[in-house]
Amino acid sequence: MCWFKSKTYPEFWNSYANSFHKKYSLEDTRFVVFDTETTGLNPKQDRLLSIGTVTIINFQIDVADQLECYIKQKHFNTKTVEIHGILKEGSLHKIEEKEAIKQFLKHIEGAILVAHHVHFDVAMINEALKRLGLPKLKNKTVDTGTLYRKTKYIKTDKHYSLDDLCNKFNITMHDRHTASGDAYLTAILFLKLCALLKAKNKRLTLRDVLRRY
Amino acid sequence: MNKNTIAERILDFLKDFPPFDALTYEQLITISSQVKVLYVEPNHFVFKQGTSIKDEFYVVKNGAIGVYHENKLVDQCDEGDIFGLRALIRKDQYFLDAKAIEESIVYSISSTLLQDIIISNPKANQFIMASFATNTRNPYAKDDKGTLLGNLEFLKPDVSGFTEAQSAIYSKNPICCTPETSIKEASLIMKEHNVGSIVITKNQKPIGIITDKDLRNQIATGIHHIDEPVTTIMSSPVLSFPPTITVAEAQIATLKHQISHLCITEDGTDQSKIIGMLSEHDIIVVHGNNPAVLIKEIKRAKTAKSLKYIREKAQTLLKNYLDQSLPMVFTANIISAINDAVTKQVIELSIIQLNQKPPAKFAWLAIGSQGRKEQLLMTDQDNALVFSDKNLHESDIETARAYFLKLANTINDQLHHIGFDYCPANMMARNPDWCLTLTEWKAKFNNWITQPTQEKILLCNIFFDYNLVYGNKKLVYKMSNSIFKSIEQYEIFLNFLALNALKNPPPLSFFRQFLVEDSGEHKDQFDIKKRAIMPLVDAARLLILSHHVKEFNSTIARYKKLQELEPQNADLYDACINAFKILLRFRANQGLKHKDSGQFVDVKSLSKSDRLKLKGCFKPVKDIQTLMQVRFKLSQIM
Repeated sequence: MCWFKSKTYPEFWNSYANSFHKKYSLEDTRFVVFDTETTGLNPKQDRLLSIGTVTIINFQIDVADQLECYIKQKHFNTKTVEIHGILKEGSLHKIEEKEAIKQFLKHIEGAILVAHHVHFDVAMINEALKRLGLPKLKNKTVDTGTLYRKTKYIKTDKHYSLDDLCNKFNITMHDRHTASGDAYLTAILFLKLCALLKAKNKRLTLRDVLRRY
Repeated sequence: MNKNTIAERILDFLKDFPPFDALTYEQLITISSQVKVLYVEPNHFVFKQGTSIKDEFYVVKNGAIGVYHENKLVDQCDEGDIFGLRALIRKDQYFLDAKAIEESIVYSISSTLLQDIIISNPKANQFIMASFATNTRNPYAKDDKGTLLGNLEFLKPDVSGFTEAQSAIYSKNPICCTPETSIKEASLIMKEHNVGSIVITKNQKPIGIITDKDLRNQIATGIHHIDEPVTTIMSSPVLSFPPTITVAEAQIATLKHQISHLCITEDGTDQSKIIGMLSEHDIIVVHGNNPAVLIKEIKRAKTAKSLKYIREKAQTLLKNYLDQSLPMVFTANIISAINDAVTKQVIELSIIQLNQKPPAKFAWLAIGSQGRKEQLLMTDQDNALVFSDKNLHESDIETARAYFLKLANTINDQLHHIGFDYCPANMMARNPDWCLTLTEWKAKFNNWITQPTQEKILLCNIFFDYNLVYGNKKLVYKMSNSIFKSIEQYEIFLNFLALNALKNPPPLSFFRQFLVEDSGEHKDQFDIKKRAIMPLVDAARLLILSHHVKEFNSTIARYKKLQELEPQNADLYDACINAFKILLRFRANQGLKHKDSGQFVDVKSLSKSDRLKLKGCFKPVKDIQTLMQVRFKLSQIM
């Protein structure tokens, strides 16, 4: 194995990896809000069941620009079925993990990823990438949990669940615990949090949103 | 097809609201999967007046979006309501603001989808058409809410006879010229016929059109010379329609193609003979939303039935004026003008009906609120008649009296038929007490003034606000003079009048001492007429009489004159004018809402802002009453 030679990656990865050169402003950034449903909470052992996304550009959710895919399973954890409702077989159209990752990478080219507790979802994707022999995600990320703490100037590490925040912000919950449904709720939450931050800071920039504290 | 949870969720919402309820699942999912979702904070705009349109229209998902014209709320869109559609079809700038009243989530749908799916669906298209023709957002809504700048009658086919299916009335003699005509010649033809457009025809088929706008844009700007042929600047081909075009279709066409003139041809294509021209103006006229048109119609009306119909249209006009928050004085004047015109026409028709000319000069007087030109709703008729007894023998007077009573009877009956109810107190010209010779009126007024009783003071309040509707001006002038002569001789009369004007103090506050009627049918309601409007009216009458001025009958005109006469009190009188306008508008709105005289207001049903508005009106009422109390030394009398 020529470990010192730069590895060659498939074309879809190269296209993805080369999509991050532009500087964006808050208005023209493409935010991909996403959520994953998994067989469990351990990124090393558990597997992706589905990925759902929806896109925000210029503070508008574009329903047409979305991805919703369900992944065929070898590893299956019956315990979490009651949460996400995705059966190993079931009637949904399912695709291989590689195909899902391929579609997902294409979809998030040049985008900033937004999720509630984004680290978990990113870790799940990264593990899947690792299984395909690919490097980690290169996108910048925004965590709506952190963003909420920013609106409140809360410095603690208290965790707020998506349910907590939807209740707090009067967001009608539906399709909870489906990847797309949660991604949509997170997107609405993201818009509301941005509006709050803008009210506090008229010249809110992308940097302010990306800052981790 | 892949699962699209979000689109399905949006579909699930849209499917319950028109026009989406008319679409198939496939059409709906196509729309839903292309929706954009906007989050709008309170007081943030979805679009602003004067900005160029975005290629989309909107559906409110959550919250409420207010549609504003010149900062005045004209429509509130709640869950499932559509807005921004009109500008889209008109294809120009927004002429309204759309601003979130509360935090809202709004779906935006692209105009392409509107074109491809919604317009192509007959039922959905019908909804859109109807909502344009009626200017209402949802023509099927029961409460007729949401009239967008409602100049046009809300379609009630059974009541008004106007339906969107009514054929549009087009002018049958379109002004035409040949392609060889020069622009100058064409303009001269337009000028001669006083029209705003000319059709260029070849073998009687329309090939192009020139409107005032083209002359402005192409000639006045120097782009083309007036000696060039009309074909250089004409719009071509023309949009042509068959003679069966309906009002709604015509309106849609003018909005959609942004044109003001439609050619009517024999078969509806530009390959057949031109037979007419339909202008935007014609469409508006069809809807009869124009006071000038109404007055013209009144003058042409030959029966009480047609007058009644016109009067009902005036009621719609009033509603639109109120909706558009036009100045109250303007609104009151228009409505009075229409009422006066109706009355005049009734009088003339009645004279014809009696088939006998009046034996003496006479004048028909409107008294009370109609006399003050403050009658907005169809309230009771209050009127009186005066006839000249100059050079008449006693027997002639009685003959004349018999004639005028007969005439008054006919007029009162006809007015009743039209919708002006009989006055319950019989204060109408058919009552022999109020159908008098000039001499008799003078004597009567003198008696009221010099020997005032409670009852006579009340009569003064009604009769001193007379206004000539029909007949001889001089008679009225003489009546006025006699009033002042009598008052001069007996100044204390004004103190009695003042005492009476103070009988109904305004409530101090809405929340503490809110005076509601404590018994009867209107228990627990606030008598806006007695408690707020009449005190202002009475005060104005008294104060203007104390200055020996009679020409001013309307309360607002009286206060304006008083401002002039007493500059030291100008601020107070100004406050009275404002309060009066607000109260009048308030009452008219209440009356239209409850289909009554608007006199009694259910306090509980008032919004907070309405309460505050009303409350603000009580202070000037209180102040003017204090002024009268001091000026007429009422504490001594009381």
